[in-house]
Amino acid sequence: MKQKKKTSKLKVIIMSGYGLNCEEETKFAFETAGGLADIAHINDLIAKPKTLSRYDILAFPGGFSYGDDTGSGKAYANKFKNHLSKELKEFLSRDTLVIGICNGFQIITSLGILPGALTYNKNGKYLDRWVDLKIEGKKNQSPWLKGIKKISFPIAHGEGRYVINQKEYKNLSKNHQIALIYAKGEVCNFQNLEANPNGSDYDIAGVLAYNGRVFGLMPHPERAMFSHQSPLWSKNKKVPKEGLPRLNTRRGEGLQIFKNAINYFK
Amino acid sequence: MISRVYVKPKGLDNRARLYLNGWSGLVPKNTKLQILDSYKIKRNLKSKDLEKIANFLTNPILEEFSINKLPSSIENFTYAVEIGYLPGVTDNVGHTVKETITDLLHLKNNSNLEVYTSKVFLISGNIKLDAVKKVASSLHNPLIESSFIASAKEIKKGLPLKAPTVILKKNIPVIKVPLLDLFEEELIKIGREGIKEEKGNTRRGPLALDLPSMKAIQTYFAKLKRDPTDIELESLAQTWSEHCKHTIFANPIDNIKDGLYKTYIKGATNLIRKKKGKRDFCVSVFSDNSGGIIFDKNYLVTHKVETHNSPSALDPFGGAITGIVGVNRDTIGFGLGAKPVANVYGFCFGNPADEQIFFKNKNLTQPMLPPKRIMDGVIKGINVGGNCSGIPTLSGFMKFDDRYRAKPLVFAGTVGLIPRKINGHPSHIKSAKAGDYIVMVGGRVGLDGIHGATFSSVVMDSNSPATAVQIGDPITQKKLSDAVVKEARDMNLYNSITDNGAGGLSCSVAEMAKECGGARVNLEKVPLKYPGLRPWEIWISESQERMTLSVPKKKWKTFQRLMQGRGVEATTIGEFTNTPHCVVSYKGKKIMDIDMEFLHNGLPKQYLTTIPYSYTYAEPELPRELSRTKVLENLLGTLNINSFAFVSQQYDHEVQAGSVLKSLSGRGRINTDTQVFRPVLSSNKGVILSSATYPSYSDINTYHMASCALDTAVRNIVASGGKLSHLAILDNFCWSSSHEKKRLAELVDSVKACYDYAVGYGTPFISGKDSMFNNFRGYNGKGKEVAIAIPPTLLISAIGVMSDIYKVVSPEFKNTGDIIYLLGETNNELGASEYYKLLAEKQGNNALGNSVPKVNLKDNLKVYKMLEKAIQEELLSSSLSVTSGGLAIALAKACVGGMLGCDVSVKNLSGNSILIDAKLFSESQGRVLVSVSLKNIKAFEKVTRGVSCAKLGKVTKEKITITDKRKVVKTTVKKLHTIYHKFSDSMK
Repeated sequence: MKQKKKTSKLKVIIMSGYGLNCEEETKFAFETAGGLADIAHINDLIAKPKTLSRYDILAFPGGFSYGDDTGSGKAYANKFKNHLSKELKEFLSRDTLVIGICNGFQIITSLGILPGALTYNKNGKYLDRWVDLKIEGKKNQSPWLKGIKKISFPIAHGEGRYVINQKEYKNLSKNHQIALIYAKGEVCNFQNLEANPNGSDYDIAGVLAYNGRVFGLMPHPERAMFSHQSPLWSKNKKVPKEGLPRLNTRRGEGLQIFKNAINYFK
Repeated sequence: MISRVYVKPKGLDNRARLYLNGWSGLVPKNTKLQILDSYKIKRNLKSKDLEKIANFLTNPILEEFSINKLPSSIENFTYAVEIGYLPGVTDNVGHTVKETITDLLHLKNNSNLEVYTSKVFLISGNIKLDAVKKVASSLHNPLIESSFIASAKEIKKGLPLKAPTVILKKNIPVIKVPLLDLFEEELIKIGREGIKEEKGNTRRGPLALDLPSMKAIQTYFAKLKRDPTDIELESLAQTWSEHCKHTIFANPIDNIKDGLYKTYIKGATNLIRKKKGKRDFCVSVFSDNSGGIIFDKNYLVTHKVETHNSPSALDPFGGAITGIVGVNRDTIGFGLGAKPVANVYGFCFGNPADEQIFFKNKNLTQPMLPPKRIMDGVIKGINVGGNCSGIPTLSGFMKFDDRYRAKPLVFAGTVGLIPRKINGHPSHIKSAKAGDYIVMVGGRVGLDGIHGATFSSVVMDSNSPATAVQIGDPITQKKLSDAVVKEARDMNLYNSITDNGAGGLSCSVAEMAKECGGARVNLEKVPLKYPGLRPWEIWISESQERMTLSVPKKKWKTFQRLMQGRGVEATTIGEFTNTPHCVVSYKGKKIMDIDMEFLHNGLPKQYLTTIPYSYTYAEPELPRELSRTKVLENLLGTLNINSFAFVSQQYDHEVQAGSVLKSLSGRGRINTDTQVFRPVLSSNKGVILSSATYPSYSDINTYHMASCALDTAVRNIVASGGKLSHLAILDNFCWSSSHEKKRLAELVDSVKACYDYAVGYGTPFISGKDSMFNNFRGYNGKGKEVAIAIPPTLLISAIGVMSDIYKVVSPEFKNTGDIIYLLGETNNELGASEYYKLLAEKQGNNALGNSVPKVNLKDNLKVYKMLEKAIQEELLSSSLSVTSGGLAIALAKACVGGMLGCDVSVKNLSGNSILIDAKLFSESQGRVLVSVSLKNIKAFEKVTRGVSCAKLGKVTKEKITITDKRKVVKTTVKKLHTIYHKFSDSMK
């Protein structure tokens, strides 16, 4: 059963601290989509673990928690696990949403709430570029992906190669847990780029769990909030006319993800 | 007790494949490699806890672990190479693991827990010990890392369990330096080589104080009727260093009695601000860690560009990461603390194909690193520093010249954002108050970076200290930065803040003490990385990631609690006072007491003089044939012109979600000269950045070198959509042999050009930095003496505010059929151009020509104003500033960017160029290549009335042809794309 919350805004908690660094733009994305977002330092949440129960959406943003030392996401996940296991379990048992973006994805796979793991890109180097993504599986399987068929965002990571064994892959596939796969599209065709830049198994860019409520992905939807962020913009650019509320007319594709999350509770 | 956890990747390890690729030629073809991560943990631990720790260090899907013995699943190997850190060198991963263990085991006290990380390379196959040694030396830098090689047999039971602990000799904490009785000879020696240790004959490393300075100190202490302590002398050396006091720019020179900085740099800014009156956008210039200008009614933006050259020569990775993370602190230390919102970089390297090794010392035991290794390390340092900190690394450039081979230039800059008012108080104004605690936050103090400030003020030779090397720790700083800029600042928890950079506490405390009078420091309170540091070392150490704050006593508890909650160490180390003395004590004993006036203003003035210089060169032999196709293709593939996409794409330039004009643009992904981003997501205003430098022009004339750099930086901005009326600039002078009068004359010329053109364009300098001794003195492989001096290099960085980011124009051609125009005049100005340098290199001579480009301020201003109008009216499809390589290269880049061709004629260019070589490759300034869609032509030709504007032709599908009287270039965009990206693709 979905919770009905019409009177007050949806509450989003965005984790921060120890080198996470995309919390501010993630907050901006959720708030532009109509939510109310708080940034919470992990130590503050550890000090008051019960506050987690006040929120509907939990977001682990991108960043470089602990500098990727010992493996990306590991140390932050360890700290979370070590202090907040019970609260996380309780949070997931409610009708809530969780998203992990980039380092956040690495953290929540390390937490064990998403299958698979992330490791060094195939060419060993950090890479920032745009990718095209295809939505896998049945439509409307995940609240996060409602109404989206293909979408383009940037990736920026050194450890984004998704690893999963064949048996588990089959399970994922069967259970519609594959959210996004890297596929040639508008951007790759435009700049003649390879579809799967980090060598992820089965081209997987994002996965789901808990009936699609928990979503992890390497690409950054919050970096595709404005039309001018796309590499194609300067080619096709249209300058919005003066006087219009431009912020609302010049949206990028990434915002849909955040809107979907907020709409889930409406 | 020490235990060791090994973590081994399961299945395919990409890292192994990449290492093996890098070792081709070093090892036999069938060599195999397994890599283990090793964690040595020093503390008595129950085996149950050790197991728990190992589990935490391992991702079971990707890895497996073993404790105290090599994992059983490893395949047979021949040799093991372990690369770890030398004692005392920052081990970032070790810190993280220490924190993880403390948290996991809920330790109340982790002071007797240490973690040391290393990488173990297990090499198998028919490989000889000699080859393994070579591999090991390619894997580590002996200044910071250790390598241990053992055969499989020797380490059957695992690698040795020795911890790299720092053990310092017991020393007397403070010694007196018997200065009062010394003669000149010994004064010179102390100034040059340092204070003599109490025992033995060794010295502590350069103070970089010359005789007049030493004499001034002698006189000062003679008046006090006592000898100085070592810490007093070291402290003065730091504060008076060229690095801190910029004596060459401050002292009178020839008839310029107020010195270069005051007369020309600050002079230009003052004049411009006065002229601008109410439209003045400068808020805080030259007085703080960065320069600050108005962004909009709510925010200021700040900018600062630093160099980190000497450390990058010794440890390229450590030098570069410390450079970028260090300049981030110039942002955090601006006003009450600005948030870093963009990083910029600039590299000047020797040719990476040059494998010649130079040595610091005559018996050839201290090799310098070759250019390729310096390049790789520096690129990686900026990568880790920027990416880990969540700051977009947007702008950058790479220049190559053989004279940077021993001492590279590494520029690192940061743009910051700060609300104009914080709780009603203007954010750029700060002042420590007497009675405030002196609080040090961030990292701990070790021996790293001792004598960094004085070291960079001298020539690099065999006396260069190894402790000058540091490794930055971006995560420690990120925690500090977030806690200060995002929380403590807005809670009003401190009165003033500054960075601990060059000179460490000695400089930051003395600087802040100026705000209130004086300071009293208790050095024993400073938290140390390891015991045994002497007070003078604690005082001047440049250990990274530290800021100094002045915290009112009644706010200390709140401040301390906040920092604790953010995992940031904060310590009160003394108190600011209103007595005009800088007083330092150690364990209850006063060890330093210097007058603030003498400390800051006691440095004796010196009168510098110059002698005129002039250089002339032969003119090169020009190609006789008609076609310039091959020349264009060759030029496009040279290192100073081709793509460095491999650098841009490994730097996160999209974090903070504000990217507009990125570092790579268009279908063909060309490097942009200008970048734009929106620092405030809810506003359509943008920050626009660019930079320019033309070191090779210095071979002919530094006045023109400087004016071209300034013109190009400004033009790049205007060409992309910025406005002259809201544009500020920064200077970074990197010189060599600055004791030589000719070099000083070159400096004076370049500074005069800065004044003339800054005033001319109305673009004020808001911050600057100089590094005056980029020389190397050493030996080549045969033991022959070698001296290498870099060419005088001036980097001009520009920062502007765009009122509407949606109006930005990118450089690449967009649509076939668009009409191509060249704005500005093309003159016969090929002297020291990339084209002439290429010819000279091919012809094996030094025929650089003499007609270096000159900047015509009046004409350019007209063009730039016109451009502003055309962009405001949205008339341009593309716009690219013409720079190195001239018009032909600009056309090639615009084509490659759009993956389109062009059909143009250069028959009717404005200007005095007649020869085809000048038309195509002259580097005349003030020119911009634009394309305009058919529907905008009428309007465009209307706005261009009265300025030099030549219609060249049109954008086509893929063929590129340039015609003069006859066809001179005929190629295709595909071919040029391959050439342009070839070097970059080979570096991926």
